[in-house]
Amino acid sequence: MSNDVSNQMNTSRRNFLTKAGTTAGAAVVAPGVFLTTPAAAKPADEPVDIERRWGILIDTAKCDDCSDCVTACKIENGWGSANPVEEESSPEQQAQWIRKVGLKNKSTGHVLSLPLMCQHCETAPCVDVCPTGASFKRADGIVLVDKHICIGCRYCMMACPYKARSFIHETITDQKPWAPRGKGTVESCTMCVHRVDEGKIPACVEACKADNHNAMFFGDLNDENSVISQELEKHGGEQVRADLELNTGVRYRGI
Amino acid sequence: MRHPTVMRTVLRTLLAMLLALPLAAFGGEALPFSELSMSEPQRQFSETQECVQPEEEMRRNHMEYILHQRDETVHKGIRTRVYALEECINCHATRVEETGEYVRADDPRHFCAACHTYASVKIDCFQCHADVPVRESTLNTGNNSVPKDEIHGLAAELQQMLAAEGKP
Ligand code: SF4
Ligand code: SF4
Repeated sequence: MSNDVSNQMNTSRRNFLTKAGTTAGAAVVAPGVFLTTPAAAKPADEPVDIERRWGILIDTAKCDDCSDCVTACKIENGWGSANPVEEESSPEQQAQWIRKVGLKNKSTGHVLSLPLMCQHCETAPCVDVCPTGASFKRADGIVLVDKHICIGCRYCMMACPYKARSFIHETITDQKPWAPRGKGTVESCTMCVHRVDEGKIPACVEACKADNHNAMFFGDLNDENSVISQELEKHGGEQVRADLELNTGVRYRGI
Repeated sequence: MRHPTVMRTVLRTLLAMLLALPLAAFGGEALPFSELSMSEPQRQFSETQECVQPEEEMRRNHMEYILHQRDETVHKGIRTRVYALEECINCHATRVEETGEYVRADDPRHFCAACHTYASVKIDCFQCHADVPVRESTLNTGNNSVPKDEIHGLAAELQQMLAAEGKP
């Protein structure tokens, strides 16, 4: 997994700069344009656009046994133990939007633990295989399921290399209004799209920060001045299964 | 959206058939609409307008507004509150007087259920969506850049579409 494909992102960033009519002097040319503006909430009546691509960077060196991110996701989006209806389900059938995965390097014995959720692939296999168009990628790179048109066939679950998606087996009640979910449809991490659209950061990233682990960064991969882009530029960030060339929006350090 | 006109025609035919059902089922003894008991909504949209659209308009076409908003929100991230289902619920939730608790969507006293049960039209919304208020309404306070007292662009567009089809 040492295959660093961050070039892919640099290429798109370069394209982005070219499109914006600027070159190396981006910081000097047209100050005050979106390149230098910090990410702010878009007006509620404006659609998302391709100028942004949201991403998450996870530093595994700072991530230990804690699972605050998983708990935060459950509470925010009302799945798993945060919704009593699902406690009855068998473990294989329980929803998992995000889970902690342990990795052990067999030769050195080094163990690391990392959170794994939907990787928000640029060329998402789940979107490719969906027969109804329910699995889709938003203009800003967030991959979602439109449950209104999901028929529950679960092709996307088979296509996803990260096992990021779950099928809802139970009749669900007491959903969060901002995270609708119901029996017979597939779901996965939404990158907390309801929060992101309001200019907030995802619940998992917030929880990680709140507990001072600071292992997660969220931001705009297309904005070279965003913290996440600068972190990636300075210290790099790899994709899980980079060989699949999915250009994921979630990146890891130290895997 | 896929063939909206065709879909609407089909939906309307279905609706018409469904609306005729209670009459058939009760052999002509169905309650007149005026005797249907509906809970009082909060009517808090604005000083000059109770609901987001006039009552007659909402009675006929509420589903069109919600359907349109749903696609705008899910696919484009447009999060205006005026036609958000959550805000419908916030205003139209029914509380049981004795307990102060909200009735759920499977209770015929639920605002949506009252009419839908009467008309024998099944609602799927609450298989996924919250059927009772969860957080404060942001219809009048939140990140909502739609002018409240004007007919919003989307609504105007929709009304034009309906008018073109000869809808009242
Ligand atoms: S990680 Fe899986 S669910 Fe997420 S975009 Fe990639 S293929 Fe789809
Ligand atoms: S971004 Fe939101 S939905 Fe995705 S794993 Fe984090 S908390 Fe869960």
